[in-house]
Amino acid sequence: MTDEFRCAPGDWVEIEYVLLEPAERATGLPEDTAAQPLRAWVKGFARSAGMIGDSVEVETMSGRVVGGHLSAISPGYTHTFGTPPPQLASIGRDLRARVTAYRAEAVDGESVPSHVPGVVGPEAGE
Amino acid sequence: MATRYETVMARKGEIMKRALGMDYAEFERSPIAFDYEGMMGAHGYTLEQIRGIQRAAGVGGTPLLELRNITDLVRSYAEPGYGARIFVKDEAANMAGSFKDRRASMSIHVAAEKGFAGVIAATSGNYGAAVASQAARAGLACIICQETFDSRHVGQPEIVEKSRLCEAFGAEVIQMTVGPELFFHMLELLDATGYLSASLYSPFGVSGIESLGAELAEEMIALTGAPPTHVVCTHAGGGNTTGTARGLKRVGARTEIISASVDLSGLHMASDTDFNRKSFTTGHTGFGVPFATWPDRADVPRNAARSLRYMDRYLTVTQGEVFYVTEALSKLEGLERGPSGNTAMAAAMSLARELPSDATVVVQETEYTGAGKHHWSQLAFARAQGVEVRAGDPTENVPGKAIVIPERPEQIHAVEADLGKMHRSYVRNALKHAGEGYVPTPEDLVFMAEDTNTTPATIEEIVAELKAV
Repeated sequence: MTDEFRCAPGDWVEIEYVLLEPAERATGLPEDTAAQPLRAWVKGFARSAGMIGDSVEVETMSGRVVGGHLSAISPGYTHTFGTPPPQLASIGRDLRARVTAYRAEAVDGESVPSHVPGVVGPEAGE
Repeated sequence: MATRYETVMARKGEIMKRALGMDYAEFERSPIAFDYEGMMGAHGYTLEQIRGIQRAAGVGGTPLLELRNITDLVRSYAEPGYGARIFVKDEAANMAGSFKDRRASMSIHVAAEKGFAGVIAATSGNYGAAVASQAARAGLACIICQETFDSRHVGQPEIVEKSRLCEAFGAEVIQMTVGPELFFHMLELLDATGYLSASLYSPFGVSGIESLGAELAEEMIALTGAPPTHVVCTHAGGGNTTGTARGLKRVGARTEIISASVDLSGLHMASDTDFNRKSFTTGHTGFGVPFATWPDRADVPRNAARSLRYMDRYLTVTQGEVFYVTEALSKLEGLERGPSGNTAMAAAMSLARELPSDATVVVQETEYTGAGKHHWSQLAFARAQGVEVRAGDPTENVPGKAIVIPERPEQIHAVEADLGKMHRSYVRNALKHAGEGYVPTPEDLVFMAEDTNTTPATIEEIVAELKAV
């Protein structure tokens, strides 16, 4: 039976394992990194039933068999677009207005810039 | 007793020799010099053949778009007669969403041709998705090693999105916590599987970008009657600048090459705590400067991406400026892309302002965006990590502490990096890696001059200066 906490053989799951304990890590790492183990996660098809945290093996998409602790069943993705940052909210409105004003000036003004595409000037004729 | 790490690293040479699909030893000339053009040409493909391989792989032929609204925006505040025309090569239109498809298509072609059953790449960026996509088409297995999480298992959302896309294309993704030992695990996997190391920095991969330079030159000639006067490349590991510039040269374009990176100074690239405070996963100085000044730090014996050979200028922009320009590009041009790939766009807006209106500036890539990658997502994540986000003067931006979004486009001002300083840094690194007491030969001086686009006399001066210190 499969639920949030238990997988059956053949279920798509994620496992977690330690690649290097802190003492085994490369030299010259910043202290904050050196103090932590190097951990890894990979997804695959469970080779046995198990509960979250159990030692299980998975067969990955490349066909490798990898062992670790069961960390998720039917692992998904929850990343989002976030919320609109207020600092960006008015950029579109303000810049559209500036472009419109610039073009209006280019058409009506005394000194017509020669480089307004689509209005006047050599580049308009491509 | 040797640790697992030490045991694997001791076998690095032997493992890589089999996994690279070519022997780099034949190009070595001295502890400093090697035959760069010989190495680049060793795969034997002409530019036309590369373009043919890529067409068959569904890669390239992306639209070149003139950004008339952005151009007029810049002209609205430039001095009269200034404000170059700005164009963009919409590389996001490639199958996996970035120019990295060009690199990946060549790596996968070589893997298939040489009979490898699969490929492995170490990458947290768009390249992983590109390799996974191309491997799927070629029926090859694919493993991507990614630095995804900090030690709290908090993932940088852009990289988590990249995990998703790689897995969508059927790759096995190994998500790891922070640390350069990602390379050690890649070696273990290469050894265990016998797959090809689809390095970002192989001559195959970097040659694959030459088509981008050639295409954009041809498209600009068709559109404006001449190749672009300036091309701006978002710069990280150096492949983008190198391949694009080589492609432009191949079709005879005399274009000024500007590399651009987001300034991330002050953040440590291997730090667990800094990892999720960068807000940019690539296109930043944390890769851009070290890879330019020491290209051979890569996962190949000799890096095909050697950006100092090709960059005429190196500009840096702030995080806030890139987020601002990403929003502007979306609202003014209907082009929702980036943000990392818009680093060059921010630099281009600054550059265009100082150029006459008949100059043409091409931003040579975009990248796809979406949940996780999106600039809103990056800013929300930055806030959640305790980074201040505010509007104001972008010169007050402090990587990892405060992202300052400009209030007006006039405030976008790219900063010129000191190439002379980078040349000195390159020579220092070359001498250090050659070994204590090694005296560079005349051939070495010529090589270093070519590798930095300077003269042997300049290199000789730098060597003397460094000795005197």
